[in-house]
Amino acid sequence: MAGTMRGTTAIVGLAETTYYKRGGAEDAEFKLGLMAVRAAAEDAGIDVRDIDGFCSYSNDRNDPTRFHTALGLHDLKWASMVWGGGGGGCAGAVAMAAAAVHAGIATNVVVFRALAQGQFGRFGAASQTGALQGAAAYTQPYGQMSPAQSYAMKVTRFMHDHGVEQSALRAVSLASYYHAQRNPRAVMYGRPLDEEKYDSSRWIVEPFHLYDCCQENDGAAAVIVTTAERARDMKNKPVYILAGGQGSQHRQSAWAHNAPDYGTSNFKNNAKSMFDMAQVKPEEVDVAQVYENFTGGVVMSIIEHGLIPVERANEEFTLDNFRFDGGKLPLNTSGGNLAECYMHGFELITEAARQIRGESTAQVDSPEISLVAGGPMVEPTSNLLLGAQV
Amino acid sequence: MANASRADIEAGGSYLPTPVATPVAMADGLDTPHYEGKERDELWVQYCAECSEHQWGPEWICHGCHSYDVGWRQVAPEGKIFSWERIWHPVHPDLAEAVPYVVVLIELPHADDIRMVGNLLGDPEEEIVIGTEVEAVFEHHPDHDPPYTLVQWSRK
Repeated sequence: MAGTMRGTTAIVGLAETTYYKRGGAEDAEFKLGLMAVRAAAEDAGIDVRDIDGFCSYSNDRNDPTRFHTALGLHDLKWASMVWGGGGGGCAGAVAMAAAAVHAGIATNVVVFRALAQGQFGRFGAASQTGALQGAAAYTQPYGQMSPAQSYAMKVTRFMHDHGVEQSALRAVSLASYYHAQRNPRAVMYGRPLDEEKYDSSRWIVEPFHLYDCCQENDGAAAVIVTTAERARDMKNKPVYILAGGQGSQHRQSAWAHNAPDYGTSNFKNNAKSMFDMAQVKPEEVDVAQVYENFTGGVVMSIIEHGLIPVERANEEFTLDNFRFDGGKLPLNTSGGNLAECYMHGFELITEAARQIRGESTAQVDSPEISLVAGGPMVEPTSNLLLGAQV
Repeated sequence: MANASRADIEAGGSYLPTPVATPVAMADGLDTPHYEGKERDELWVQYCAECSEHQWGPEWICHGCHSYDVGWRQVAPEGKIFSWERIWHPVHPDLAEAVPYVVVLIELPHADDIRMVGNLLGDPEEEIVIGTEVEAVFEHHPDHDPPYTLVQWSRK
């Protein structure tokens, strides 16, 4: 595919603050963001004042112009955010940075997420009450008020249509907790999960047990994107951006759950665009970070990226297949949203890059192709394919 | 536990403690016919005469032919369970005593398979089977400010 941004940009720096349970951070959210941006620049070996672009997603509260001013940056050539809530845009924000760099608009773009749910609103609590208009008026008065409740019916319909069993959801949860036990950054480090503990955990909303649902956390994380040409002379092994983008299937945002294709992660369009741009086949993916807002969304995302066929879901969604040490599809190797930190998926970006650099705490053997799928079941979704080589 | 029956609702009761959240028609008038219909125990949805097709949720344009002249049509208040969820963890303090409760997604095969979200009346712990036929029960709250109506569903 001529003219795409395949391999023309790279992630050259990455960092995160300490990750906390929701309410655990003593620093202000914006200060957490400053710490992550500065640390990512330091990791890249660049002067933070040379950052000239910012990308984020999910209505991040921390404005690029505030960073620009607070840090005394020389210039601000690019500032953009992926629309949509949740973590649907986490991979798309990196793709947007790559597009800006590829187009020559900016040179050092930082992609970030800063989040202190203890200081602001939570995703997991009802936020809208009283008189409601529009889409929310067709769901919330019936007590469908949280993300878990908004997506459970999609997963139930998917499981019904394809005969997928609860054990597939459980395997996703077990994989995240398994990998978190090797990762000292993980909030769930030292808190392992096994099948019995999962099975006996309380329902949040069927088909989601407690351990099917992401955490809520405080912290910040950032990566630096620059040209592949510059990356080759910098201090870290370049993590090439082979492809990335956003997508949404036909009428996915129809109110009151009226999307024509209902039981879907909403990745059917952009899974294909990503692999086409990267000139990579799904079977070439060596390690995958797949956003767990809820485990059922991971099952659908993996299937819709062509990594496991739907008819083999019950056989192949197992902890053994998802382990970094010998699994066929190492999955969420830092612990992900469930067990490392719910940085709205940004911890998946840093982990996917660490895998290519060879720096993961659950390092896969010399991966060439590293995938990130952002938040599923939202509109738009986004994804990213990173490579060790162009 | 929320377990109001059809008879309870018809006698003026409610499935969830009220008001959790109150639905009101959009200020720009987009869905007013739907809200006015509910007050009369009628289900009204958008219908494009050009395409001969129902559209839901409502929008200012038909997604099929891009006509701005999208009309409204009354449809039979019945359908089939398309999906469901049983909620055990209350995310709103007013729902702490209401769990478990059931939210269902109802498909209307006679209206191009459009769907509606509501509560499934009856025992929330009863087995729920996708495909089960249901009919609408209009839960009125005339004394609330502003007055509103919810569309609930009961097994046939």
